[in-house]
Amino acid sequence: MPNHQIDPNNWVKSYSDYLFNYTITRVNDRDIAQDLISETFLAGLKSMANFKGEASERTWLISILKRKIIDHYRKINSNKGKAEVRMGYLNNEEAEGDWLEERVADPFDKTAEDTLENSELGDAIHDCIDKLPEKQADVFKMKTILGYDTETICNELEITASNLWVIIHRARTSLADCMEENWF
Amino acid sequence: MKQSFLFINCDEAKHICDKAQYGEASSWERVKLTIRLAYCRVTQSYSSKNSKLTESIEKAEVKCLKAEERKKIENQFKAELAKQQQNN
Repeated sequence: MPNHQIDPNNWVKSYSDYLFNYTITRVNDRDIAQDLISETFLAGLKSMANFKGEASERTWLISILKRKIIDHYRKINSNKGKAEVRMGYLNNEEAEGDWLEERVADPFDKTAEDTLENSELGDAIHDCIDKLPEKQADVFKMKTILGYDTETICNELEITASNLWVIIHRARTSLADCMEENWF
Repeated sequence: MKQSFLFINCDEAKHICDKAQYGEASSWERVKLTIRLAYCRVTQSYSSKNSKLTESIEKAEVKCLKAEERKKIENQFKAELAKQQQNN
């Protein structure tokens, strides 16, 4: 029986960080990752009628995003093929004709096992962050993931440093408990 | 007087432990935390959980969008959503 509802009004707020984390580990470029997420949301919007409610909205969006990432690699691989014909290698005559592949970043550089484990760990962390109250999640992400300094966060969110540390403490306690329950 | 100078309570120890996760605890604070860790099981447990969380976040290389990046995606999406709702 289909249980899941679809509500595009909450997509960006609820899923953009999760999708971004999923994408950035696969494309390694913030701008491209953002474009792929935008395309995913738009594609989701266009194909909302196909949502049967058998999977969660997030799973459904991830399945669209996976196709977008594959399409992205198909596109750059075909561009790379063309570039090989047209470009010299490092503009060095002696090395001319060497395979251009060496100059292209390998998206599967890490071992498959490491990537899978880290990716699942990242998903678990994001799941736990999603359970935090909004303000705690925002402060935690700014401080811990984006690495902003205390002063910048305090100015941006108009809070004092001691408020920030109280929020961080509550967020870290909840996250540690959540991770203990679901991962460790 | 001497006791409060060297010996901190559990809440202060937790606060220093949090700061230490971000490299923001001073050397003196770390000394006080180390002393507390030597005898307080609550602090030991908190510190262990806290370090485990930091290690996991570093290992997973978790990333998220900056506020302005999210805003950009949101604005673009809202415009499309409004268009779609107008057409329906």
